[in-house]
Amino acid sequence: MQKGFLTVYWRDMIRFFRYKSLLFSSLLQPALWLAFFGVAMASNFDRYTSGIPVPPGGFSIGYLTFMGAGMIAMTTLFTSLYGGIIFLFDKNWGLMREIIASPLPRTHIIIGVGLSGVTKSFIQVIIITIFGILLGVQFFLGYPPLQIGIALIGIFAFVGIFALGFIFFSSAIAISMESPEGLQGVITLLTMPLFFVSNALYPIDSFPSFLKAFSGINPLTHMISGIRYFAIGSDFYALGTHYFNTPPQIVSSFMGLVVFAVVTFLLARWRFSKVVVT
Amino acid sequence: MSDAIIEVRNLSHWYGHIKAVDSVQFEVKKGEIFSFLGPNGAGKSTVINILITLLPIQHGEARIAGYDVARDPEKVRDSIGIVFQETTLDRDMTVYEILEFHGRLYSMSKDSRRTRIDELLTLVELEAKRNTLTKHLSGGMKRRLEIARGLMTRPTILFLDEPTLGLDPQTRLKTWEYIKMVNADGTTIFLTTHYMDEADHLSDRISIIDRGKIITSGTPWDLKNRLGEDVIYMETTDDKRTEALIGKETEVRSIKRKERGISVMIQGDGTRVLPALMEKVREAGIGVEAVNLKKPSMDDVFVHYTGRQIRDEGLVQSVTKQVAGKE
Ligand SMILES: Nc1ncnc2c1ncn2[C@@H]1O[C@H](COP(=O)(O)OP(=O)(O)OP(=O)(O)O)[C@@H](O)[C@H]1O
Ligand SMILES: [Mg+2]
Repeated sequence: MQKGFLTVYWRDMIRFFRYKSLLFSSLLQPALWLAFFGVAMASNFDRYTSGIPVPPGGFSIGYLTFMGAGMIAMTTLFTSLYGGIIFLFDKNWGLMREIIASPLPRTHIIIGVGLSGVTKSFIQVIIITIFGILLGVQFFLGYPPLQIGIALIGIFAFVGIFALGFIFFSSAIAISMESPEGLQGVITLLTMPLFFVSNALYPIDSFPSFLKAFSGINPLTHMISGIRYFAIGSDFYALGTHYFNTPPQIVSSFMGLVVFAVVTFLLARWRFSKVVVT
Repeated sequence: MSDAIIEVRNLSHWYGHIKAVDSVQFEVKKGEIFSFLGPNGAGKSTVINILITLLPIQHGEARIAGYDVARDPEKVRDSIGIVFQETTLDRDMTVYEILEFHGRLYSMSKDSRRTRIDELLTLVELEAKRNTLTKHLSGGMKRRLEIARGLMTRPTILFLDEPTLGLDPQTRLKTWEYIKMVNADGTTIFLTTHYMDEADHLSDRISIIDRGKIITSGTPWDLKNRLGEDVIYMETTDDKRTEALIGKETEVRSIKRKERGISVMIQGDGTRVLPALMEKVREAGIGVEAVNLKKPSMDDVFVHYTGRQIRDEGLVQSVTKQVAGKE
């Protein structure tokens, strides 16, 4: 019974690979952002910011590279927020009953769907990264192979824990709802502020203080910091802002995401324990 | 008590203010096919859902395969198979994957999953559909797949909630065959139905349930006998004398002259009375040309105990289907 979550994982992955359109549509949005918004903004920003002096020895990156991390984050956020939608389908098609009436502990259902969501995010991250690099995103610049390996592990760690947090959250909402429209509403309500009040597209240093406070507790901000740390470096300049992260800062960002995932897991576990399906 | 595999005592269930199940009490013996027969909304699914641990026990007690449903729900889940009233198949999975998923859910080993799936697909005649998505199956195939799934884990007890709802007559008969086969293999079966003929044909024992209450229980045979309305039809060489002769018997309620023979209303079990009557008639030197014993149908039983026909369209459907099936 210890491996029960793998059953849920297996089933979710079958569906994912059977319907590749889902994969494509989830990749379309970040691809379009990168290709149009990213390239267009880069051509402007890079012109303005090239006038801002970078101290000698400072490492400056282009806008496309800067927002590349934001696009990885956006994709992960969307996919994870929709991760719980399977429970709404299962409730409607009655499959939830089969699972709930089986000896499988309910936490395994949550963990299984969480892991399949993480897997999907990893696949997407790989594709977005390759696509971005082809467009001109300068990740892993000058990294020897070993360092690229470490960087990838770091990025996956951040993406993974972040994805888990939002899948658990989405599962908790979905299992408490009757129809997909409700979940859709919650997702729409959440994505805009989460995305725009984060460091995905621009630096947060010059935000008004309350927005800055919000972005400081925004999990998206912490994930993006982590991705930039591993993909670009610990010390660089972008859009005239100096980005400097020490390992303890990155570890604390990661721990923040762990706490977020634990809290949403407990929330989901509580919602699942209340579920009555007949 | 020892051979009871399901014991239910004083079970009641409310949905808000509606009392859907009202002090229900019954036992199912190991190895039997036991049916709940009742109209829509009688509370059949509610009882099943409580027994399979999907609904909490609000009031009363239930033991399944020796485990208390309230205290040991996991043990109960391990001992039972379920076929729900509504289809519960993932439309985007294949027949094989549905069974494989179920086997994994119940932690079956890889080998036993493989052999069991092969066995069951043969049993329900779905080998050819092994890799078909369930959304491309017909209603009857889906039902058969669900029955196969219910049997994956070789449960001690199989719960079937309206197993043949919406199936065509041939598929119904097939499904009945599967159910009997499974039962012959040693699986105890608890099923609900609102088809009289189904309960009659399949069950070792039936409880008639209406408006949350069990109205009466017994073997189909018992239930019909209890009505005491067996009718013997006879054609003899001398109907007049026969009538006078057997009209005095205590078991005979009344006699009606028919166009050719006579119709004798019997008090009690007609099969037990018939031989004696025949003997008497023959002793009197009257020749018997034709005999027919008609027992009351389950429909008669239902009307008798509930004071009305099964009220919903379910009966109408069942009847029209049978009629359609005969043509
Ligand atoms: N989830 C629910 N919430 C409120 N009332 C319910 C619920 N489920 C069932 N009921 C009510 O409880 C009663 C019994 O319903 P139940 O589903 O057990 O009947 P049933 O015998 O299975 O009927 P059917 O033959 O239609 O399946 C009905 O009056 C029904 O309206
Ligand atoms: Mg029902």
